[in-house]
Amino acid sequence: MADLAARGEQPEVLFWVGCAGAFDDRYKRVTRAFVRILEHVGVKYAVLGMEESCTGDPAKRAGNEFLFQMQAMQNITTLDGYAIKTIVTACPHCFNTIKNEYPALGGNYEVIHHSTFLQQLINEGRVKVQGGESYKGRRITFHDSCYLGRANDIYEAPRDVLAALDADLVEMKRSKANGLCCGAGGAQMWKEPEPGKKDINIERTEEALATLDGNAAALENLYGVESGNAGATPAKGNGNGIIAVSCPFCMTMMSDGVKNKERESSVQVFDLAELVASAEGLNA
Amino acid sequence: MIQQILFLLVAALGIGLFVWQVRKIRANILKGKDRVMGGSVSERINKTLLVAFGQQKMFKRITPALLHLVVYVGFLVINVEVIEIMIDGIFGTHRALSFMGPVYDVLMATNEILGALVIVAVVALWWRRNVQKVHRLSAGVEMRAWPRLDGNIILYVEIVLMTALFTMNTADLKLHQLEGVDLPGSFPISSLLVGLFPENVTALHALERVGWWLHILGILAFLNYLPSSKHFHIIMAFPNVYYTRLVPQGQFSNVDSITHEVKAMMDPSYQVPAGPVDADGNPVVQRFGAKDADDLSWLNLLNAYSCTECGRCTSVCPANITGKLLSPRKIIMDTRDRIEEKYESPLIFRPNQYNGEIGAESEDGSLVRGKVTPEELWACTTCNACVEACPVNINPLDSIVEMRRYLVLEESAAPHSLNVMFSNIENNGAPWAFSPSDRFNWAEELYVAEK
Ligand code: SF4
Ligand code: SF4
Repeated sequence: MADLAARGEQPEVLFWVGCAGAFDDRYKRVTRAFVRILEHVGVKYAVLGMEESCTGDPAKRAGNEFLFQMQAMQNITTLDGYAIKTIVTACPHCFNTIKNEYPALGGNYEVIHHSTFLQQLINEGRVKVQGGESYKGRRITFHDSCYLGRANDIYEAPRDVLAALDADLVEMKRSKANGLCCGAGGAQMWKEPEPGKKDINIERTEEALATLDGNAAALENLYGVESGNAGATPAKGNGNGIIAVSCPFCMTMMSDGVKNKERESSVQVFDLAELVASAEGLNA
Repeated sequence: MIQQILFLLVAALGIGLFVWQVRKIRANILKGKDRVMGGSVSERINKTLLVAFGQQKMFKRITPALLHLVVYVGFLVINVEVIEIMIDGIFGTHRALSFMGPVYDVLMATNEILGALVIVAVVALWWRRNVQKVHRLSAGVEMRAWPRLDGNIILYVEIVLMTALFTMNTADLKLHQLEGVDLPGSFPISSLLVGLFPENVTALHALERVGWWLHILGILAFLNYLPSSKHFHIIMAFPNVYYTRLVPQGQFSNVDSITHEVKAMMDPSYQVPAGPVDADGNPVVQRFGAKDADDLSWLNLLNAYSCTECGRCTSVCPANITGKLLSPRKIIMDTRDRIEEKYESPLIFRPNQYNGEIGAESEDGSLVRGKVTPEELWACTTCNACVEACPVNINPLDSIVEMRRYLVLEESAAPHSLNVMFSNIENNGAPWAFSPSDRFNWAEELYVAEK
C-alpha cells in the first residue's frame, strides 16, 4: 500500500489479509488463492503488508476492551492515512470488527467479506468458475461461520458461490441461523477448551462427515434440533467430499476434526476462495 | 350486594398486591447501569409485533410452538370473558356482555372451544415435561426444585381455571334449561356436559357461583404468583422484545470510559470528559465490566425477568452440548436470583430459596464467582446461537462478555494462554508470536510458486 501511495495511486479495494491469512500456513494458501483471483479479474487492490495489525477481535471477545481499542485506533489511523474506502477480507472476524465496531471509534469503511465479493464477481461474469478443476458430482457441505452467519446475516453469498461450482451441495442439519460453532470463536482459538465430554470441533466435524456420507441415522437426536427445521435427508454418499469454509478459524477447527477422525484421505477442507481459484484454473 | 362488596375487596387486594410486586421488580431492574438504546421506534414496534405477539421465534420448533400457540391465543381470547366476569362482579349483573347478541354467541363459542383446546395442550405440555422428559426442560443444574415445580404449577393452575370456567357455564346453562329460558350465548362444550350435572336448582346455583368465584380468585392468585414464576414472561416478553438490541449480533458494546482513555493516550491534547459524580460531587469509581448483577445494564436485568426457562438457548449452545459447564440459561437465572438476593426480594414466593436450595451461595456475595464461575464464562465461543434461539430475544452473550471484561480488566484473571495472546497482540500486532516483519511472507511464497 505504501508503494501505491508513494505513486499517488488509490486502490479499488484494500485486501485486509488478517493475522491468520498472513501467518497461518494453511490459510496463507487461501490468501494466495484470493490474490490470484483478484489479479485474474484485474481488480486494482492493495494490502497493508507490515503496516497491518491485529484488528483486536480476539482481545475484545476475551474481555480485554482496552487492548482492543488500542489496536482499533491504531488501525483506523493507518487506514485513514491512506484514505481507504473499501475493504475486502477473507476473515469473518476481521470483517465483523471493522464493519461493526470500528465506526463507533471513528473508522468508517465499506467492508466486504470475500464470500460476498466472490459472489459479485461470479454474478458479473468476471469469474467463470470453469476451465480448471471440475467439481461436478462432488459432495460439498458448507459450514457456516458464526461471525458471518448469525453475527452478520450472511448465509446466501457463500452458498451462491458454491452453487456456481456445479457441485452436489448438501446441507448439514444444523446450518444457517441454526449452525453450530466450530469452537474457535470468542478467543477459544488461543486456549485449551474447558473440560467437557468432547471438543466442539469434533462434534461439528462428526456432523459434517455424517452429512457427506449421507448417513442420516447418525444425525438423529442432535441437541438443539427438535423438529421442523431439518434439511432433507441427504442421499448416500461415497464417503468422499469437501467441507467448505469461509473463515480461517473454521478451517483450522474442521481440518483438525477431520484429522482426528482419520478421514483426511477422503474428506478435504477448503476455503471458498480456493475452490473458486482452482475451478478457474488458478491453482496454487 | 354482599357478593359485590366481597368481590371489590378481593379484586382490590389482588391487583394492589400485584402492583406492589411489579414496582419492586421495576426497582430491581433499574439497579442496572444505563444503556444507550438507539434504533427507531417503528422498528422496535415491528419486532414486538413479530416476535412477541406473532411468536415468530417459537416456530423454530413446531410441536411446542403449536401447543404454546393454543395456550397463548386461549389466554388472549378468554380474557374477554374475564372482563365480563369483572363487570358482573362489580355491578352485580349477570352476563353483562350478552347485549352483543350474535357477536356474543360467537365469542362464547370461541371461548369454549379454545378452553377445551387449552386443556388438551396443557396435558400435552405436562406430558413433555414429566413423562417424555424433554431434555432441555428437565436437565441442567439450574433446573433445581423450584423451576421444575414452577413449570408444573402453571399447568395445574391452567387446568383449574379452565375447569372453573366450564363448571360455571355448564351450571348456568342447565339452570336456564330447567327454568325453560334461553341462556344468551352459544356453548358447544358446556352443552355436552349438562348431563353430568345435578337436576337440583340450589346445587346448580351453588356450582355456578363456585365456578365463578374459583375462576376470578384463581386469576387474582395467579396474577400474584406470576412475579415468582417463569410465567412472568407473559408480561415481560413485550417490553423485553421491544428493547432488543437492533445492531448486528456480532457487534459488541463499547466501553466509553476506555475510549476516552485510549484517545488521551494517543493524543495528549484530547480532553477527557468528566466522569459521573455522586451526590456530593465526588467522582464515582467506575468498574470495568460486571462483577455483580447491578454492574450489568438494566437491559440485562430486564432479560433476567423475562426468561421462560425454556432452555432453548442452552440446548443450542456448543459449549453446553459438548459437556462444558456453561449454560446460558443458568447465567440468566443466576442474574435474576442474585439481584433478588442482593436487594429485597419483592416476591411472595422466594424461588431462589425454595426447598433450602439457594443456588451457589456467594462466597464474596457477588454474581461472578458467587454464582457464575470463571470456568463457565471462559467456555463461551461468542457464537450467538443462544441469542438466536431465545424466543423472547434475551441476550445471554451480552452478560457473559461483561463478566469476562470484569475478570480481565479488574482482576487480570484470564486463563494463562489468553494472557499470552494479549501480550502477543500488544508486542507483535498479532495473537500469535510471529514477528510483524514476517507479515508479508505469504506474498513471497506466491511469487516463488508462480515462478
Ligand atoms: S454465545 Fe456462548 S453461551 Fe451463547 S450459545 Fe454460543 S457459546 Fe453458548
Ligand atoms: S434465555 Fe431465552 S432461550 Fe434461554 S431459557 Fe430463557 S427464555 Fe429460554
